[in-house]
Amino acid sequence: MSLVITDLHARLADGTEILRGVSLEIPAGEVHAIMGPNGSGKSTLSKVIAGHESYEVTSGSVTLDGEDILEMGIDERARAGVFLAFQYPSEVPGVSNANFIRAALQARLPEGQELDAVAYYKSLYEKMDLLEMDRKFTARAVNEGFSGGEKKRNEILQMLMLEPRYCILDETDSGLDIDALKIVAKGVNAMRSPDRGMLLITHYQRLLDYIAPDHVHVMAEGRIVRSGGPELALELEQNGYDFLKELAPA
Amino acid sequence: MTYDSSTTIDHETQTAIDIDRSKGDFRFPERHKYDAGRGLTERTIDYICDVKQDPDWVREFRHKALKVFLEKPMPTNWATRDLENINFDEIRYYLSDGEKPKRSWDEVPEEVLKTFDRLGIPEQERAFLAGVEAQYDSEAAYSNMKEELTKQGVIFVSSTEGLKEYEEIFRPWFGKVIPTGDNKFSALNSAVFSGGSFIYIPKGVKLKQPLQAYFRINSESFGQFERTLIIADEGAEVMYMEGCTAPKFETATLHSAVVELVALKGAKIQYVTVQNWSSNVFNLVTKRGLAMEDAEVRWIDCNIGSRLTMKYPGVIMKGERARGEVISIALANTGQHQDTGAKMIHAADNTTSNVVSKSISVGEGRSTYRGQVHIPKHLKGCKNNTECDALLINTRSRTDTYPAITVKGNRHATQHEASVSQVSEEMLFYMQQRGIDEGHAMSLAVNGFINDLVREFPMEYSVELKRLIDLEMEGSVG
Repeated sequence: MSLVITDLHARLADGTEILRGVSLEIPAGEVHAIMGPNGSGKSTLSKVIAGHESYEVTSGSVTLDGEDILEMGIDERARAGVFLAFQYPSEVPGVSNANFIRAALQARLPEGQELDAVAYYKSLYEKMDLLEMDRKFTARAVNEGFSGGEKKRNEILQMLMLEPRYCILDETDSGLDIDALKIVAKGVNAMRSPDRGMLLITHYQRLLDYIAPDHVHVMAEGRIVRSGGPELALELEQNGYDFLKELAPA
Repeated sequence: MTYDSSTTIDHETQTAIDIDRSKGDFRFPERHKYDAGRGLTERTIDYICDVKQDPDWVREFRHKALKVFLEKPMPTNWATRDLENINFDEIRYYLSDGEKPKRSWDEVPEEVLKTFDRLGIPEQERAFLAGVEAQYDSEAAYSNMKEELTKQGVIFVSSTEGLKEYEEIFRPWFGKVIPTGDNKFSALNSAVFSGGSFIYIPKGVKLKQPLQAYFRINSESFGQFERTLIIADEGAEVMYMEGCTAPKFETATLHSAVVELVALKGAKIQYVTVQNWSSNVFNLVTKRGLAMEDAEVRWIDCNIGSRLTMKYPGVIMKGERARGEVISIALANTGQHQDTGAKMIHAADNTTSNVVSKSISVGEGRSTYRGQVHIPKHLKGCKNNTECDALLINTRSRTDTYPAITVKGNRHATQHEASVSQVSEEMLFYMQQRGIDEGHAMSLAVNGFINDLVREFPMEYSVELKRLIDLEMEGSVG
């Protein structure tokens, strides 16, 4: 049981290659972190896994518990178990949070089966309490007029509700003050389970103080250039990414 | 302005847009006793008058209107040239079985009953309506309301009955809010009108539940020309709702109604429309209300389907402090053109009007907003607010806004806002990443866009509206 990325190459429509052979395995039960400087391809990796149409996969594969997901549509991949917590979540004007999450859960049910509304709200409120979110959030339009921190919390709320098998968190720590970061981390930690794999994409060590990774990878110029244990993140925190300059371009 | 009006719709497009219109898309064989045949001449008018046993003043009114209709040019100098594709010689102007509207569903002919049953009308009547009129082709098949309303003096009958049995109330207002010569299609309606509702609410009577009319076209190449006149006497209040459907035909069908509302001092009329025409219907409707002192006329209008809809509900605010409002939602899918808007005529001091229009264009669908607000110089204290927002779904769809706000004098307040937005690729990606397929994601985005207006619809209709939009959106994406 794992999310396996093998020699993944992807480019933009203008031909610019962003991913240049990424290989990574995230077994269920483990938390992996990818760190790296801006422009290294970290966010692109998350979007390519999710199926964003701005990128073309030129070679390599992504499999989810053995199943090739590159041939699947965006929504199929999501229902297969891939969740992406966005760095910049979209606003969906006029659609309430409660209705949005409900639609996402409904999409996972077989045709003709209706989501149980009472159970749904019970579960929603429990998770909102965990994330210290005001009940008013259910009626507010998705991300509309939300602060940066509120948006991030809302991403974690959706993740808690959808219970995906693999969670990818793209720069979830950016724009959060320390209190908000702790709450978000609490939500993420509540999701840790032997059945679930997680990939944290982050620029800073800070997030990893609250969500302890099992493995840390460093990405640069579209590749994973170093992998190690949690100590690697601390090393990066102290020495920065300068060591990358010493790596000879392939 | 230039037009790229599509005059023909290829078969594939037709199939694509007609998907999921299953609820209204069925028909029964025609069994008409009276058929005026194809085309429109003096003889057609006389045939209709004879069958309907119209009084002489109506016969005269119709003949005069025919002349006006024939003289008036098509409004293609400003409207789409697609209008030229209406072949008036091929249309059938009157079809009926010669029966009076029944007061009980049990007496309605079986196929007609089945039709309205499938559309859910008797069920709605039991659930939340004060009265129902159900029109099948040219005449009402059923018309009834709660007994207590009859006791209060409320009149709710078809226009055919109204003009004969209540001439003293009907005639003074008939054709006064919308004169025959208002436009070519109001003249056409005046010549051949049949069916529609006549409603009178006596002084101070406030209806708690809505009255509803349902207009059903069952016959091909047919023209439906209902005529509705609603009079709310001083301090009276009424909500009227209309729904309309037609099965999918190979040839063009014409629906051309005239609706006149009269709200006397302090009265309140709300007129709610949810139309869901199939994509071969030309829907050319004239709707206007007259609001006297302290009266209020609200048009709540939802236009889905049809090949071409031209409809600009209006309010003439004739008494001081009168209020007029148009709230409209239009959805144009590929092969459809929703040309809608509002007309607000301020004719007294301290009158207030509000227009909120939201249009959605999908695929090659096209939406046009035309607004007219008129405030003359000699008045004071008039207010108008106009908002029109357009949502485009994919790059081929098109939207145009033609607001005309004529405000003379400086003692008024008007504001106008317009916006055009798109369902962005990023928003769709976000929704799809949550597991929602593209069709449902589009539906959510569209429902979100019109959410604040849907709340203005009665609950029962807003559910129906949401369902219709879901069907349209699901059918419109690959």
